[in-house]
Amino acid sequence: MSVLDVRDLQTHFFTDAGVVKAVDGVSFSLDAGEVLGLVGESGSGKSVTGFSILRLVDAPGRVVGGQINFKGQDLATLSNREMRSLRGNRIAMIFQDPMMTLNPVLRIETQMVEAVRAHHRVSHAAAKDRAIRVLARVGIPSPADRLAAYPHQFSGGMRQRVAIAIALLNGPDLIVADEPTTALDVTIQSQILAEVQELARETGTALIWITHDLAVVAGLADKVSVMYAGRIVESGPTDDVLTAPGHPYTEGLLGSIPGHGRRGERLTQIPGMAPNMARLPVGCAFAPRCHRVDETCRAKAPAITDIGPKRGLRCFHPIVETEGAA
Amino acid sequence: MLVFLLRRLAQSVFVLIAMMIVVFFGVYMIGNPVDILISPDATPLEVEETMARFGFDQPVHIQFLKFIGNALQGDLGRSFVHGEPAVQLILSYMPATLELALLGLIFSVMIGVPLGVYAGYKADRWQGRAIMTGSIFGFSLPNFWVGMLLILIFAVELRWLPSTGRGETVEVLGMRLSIFSADGLQYMILPALTLALYKASLVTRLARAGTQEALMQDYVKFARAKGLSETRILVVHVLKNIMIPIITVLGLELGSMIAFAVVTETVFAWPGMGKLLIDSITTLDRPVIVAYLMLTVIIFIIINFTVDVIYTLLDPRVRVRGEAT
Ligand SMILES: Nc1ncnc2c1ncn2[C@@H]1O[C@H](COP(=O)(O)OP(=O)(O)OP(=O)(O)O)[C@@H](O)[C@H]1O
Ligand code: SF4
Ligand SMILES: [Mg+2]
Repeated sequence: MSVLDVRDLQTHFFTDAGVVKAVDGVSFSLDAGEVLGLVGESGSGKSVTGFSILRLVDAPGRVVGGQINFKGQDLATLSNREMRSLRGNRIAMIFQDPMMTLNPVLRIETQMVEAVRAHHRVSHAAAKDRAIRVLARVGIPSPADRLAAYPHQFSGGMRQRVAIAIALLNGPDLIVADEPTTALDVTIQSQILAEVQELARETGTALIWITHDLAVVAGLADKVSVMYAGRIVESGPTDDVLTAPGHPYTEGLLGSIPGHGRRGERLTQIPGMAPNMARLPVGCAFAPRCHRVDETCRAKAPAITDIGPKRGLRCFHPIVETEGAA
Repeated sequence: MLVFLLRRLAQSVFVLIAMMIVVFFGVYMIGNPVDILISPDATPLEVEETMARFGFDQPVHIQFLKFIGNALQGDLGRSFVHGEPAVQLILSYMPATLELALLGLIFSVMIGVPLGVYAGYKADRWQGRAIMTGSIFGFSLPNFWVGMLLILIFAVELRWLPSTGRGETVEVLGMRLSIFSADGLQYMILPALTLALYKASLVTRLARAGTQEALMQDYVKFARAKGLSETRILVVHVLKNIMIPIITVLGLELGSMIAFAVVTETVFAWPGMGKLLIDSITTLDRPVIVAYLMLTVIIFIIINFTVDVIYTLLDPRVRVRGEAT
């Protein structure tokens, strides 16, 4: 049985300017120990997808449709109390901005110990012990001493490690990691990536790794889902998607990664701007930026279709292997 | 940090000097105390003698220089009425006012913080709106009116609490205080509540605004993602953040609390500095009035200074930032 199964998730924001369909029919599933890369440009709905899983979408947003099954349990049917006992315990989330996620006026010790004791009836000392062990695992030097510090006494990278440690504290079955490394420099980034990946493998924790950078996903994820304007436009095993992208948007994302593609080729940028989520076009949301667009695309939106084992695609005119070679 | 405190100190001295000038000439304008000191049927010679004894026959600027000279030595003159040095007289009335103001402050936090946090948590619901509407009364009802209402309800009708006087006092560090005796505390409740009401409304508003802002922060969302209860989030995560501005403002308000005490003390016949001031104004006891005003300024300055220091200690981020400047 899969750890997480998201079916046709719909999360909308009811703003003064109209309804923003931040997440519009997203589906994916994850087995124990599996890593899913959720990729897309800024504003494509990645974070909102993560918050929807934890049932932490802020007003004026609301999950309006679909199902989120966690270990066979429909999360929508749980009471607030039951949901709270899952959060930080069985499902953990690492937030996007390491500078803002820790409470500035509480010691690291307080913030870690409370996370343990919210779910386990253990003494302060036992919880502290566990905190020290996990801090050491994510590479914080002399963790026992650092516990007494306040967040501002840590660098951004160290803070993000603390946030990761908090997510790991209770050995969750699922971690939603929302771009946890983008604010960090490249060496620390890859270091943290490797550590988290190893931890997930060891403990069988399933991982959703949210990023706008396909290169990050390449070395880390078992499978990827590419999001555009609240929808998944392409999904499949990481290697397949990266070597033979079917969607023009995925191709565009790949084109903007240095070192990818043939040597001598210039880096390409996806033309145009990220779409205005409040007024999406009638047809395919990517149409205004797509080089393969035609009348069909503008008239109606493509549905997701299976194009091979475990691969889905949302496009009327996918790139196919033969065509790419021609 | 040290530079900052020294700068504040220099500012304070400047304020003190400015206040001395304003107070002296202000009080000088409000009438001739000799009329009160001397019986109407005194001979002109007696009048002249008295004038000379108090130095009223000298030109204004000489009187002022003398006043400054004496003030620098801590001498603000003798009370015409009590015959005691004015400063000493006021200091002997001060503990009663300070303990009243302090209890008032405690009440305003105890009432205002929970109401404000709850109102911020339920900002869009009727509970939040009801609390905010209620706080408008706290702002707009006059002090003496609230005092009399409380007397009417709790002293006259219900007979739960005494309404006038100080009750039993205990000597602590050379001061007679009511706050440490059960009987005295009973006498303090109504005047302290009266004094607290306005500040409680202020605290409610501050706490609500702070809570609303804190609840939007990522660290609150992250706390929720850790699976903490809403109670813990409000009581630990939110409260700890909003207490810093609240304590700052309240500290600054302690001074005006003492000033407010004038009315409250009169209503409850509480023998503090405020009542002494009113009595001194009716008898035109000039040295006491001047000394009261000067001491109040000094209290304000000390409070502001202390608040700055406490603020620095409370907020771990300021400690660092302060060191950098
Ligand atoms: N509070 C809100 N009110 C209105 N709309 C919102 C709100 N939060 C998010 N949205 C909408 O949801 C869309 C998706 O937001 P989300 O934060 O999930 O993007 P993201 O993919 O995580 O982007 P980024 O890479 O910048 O983090 C946004 O484009 C925005 O239109
Ligand atoms: S459906 Fe049409 S517009 Fe949309 S991505 Fe495919 S080709 Fe481009
Ligand atoms: Mg995001």
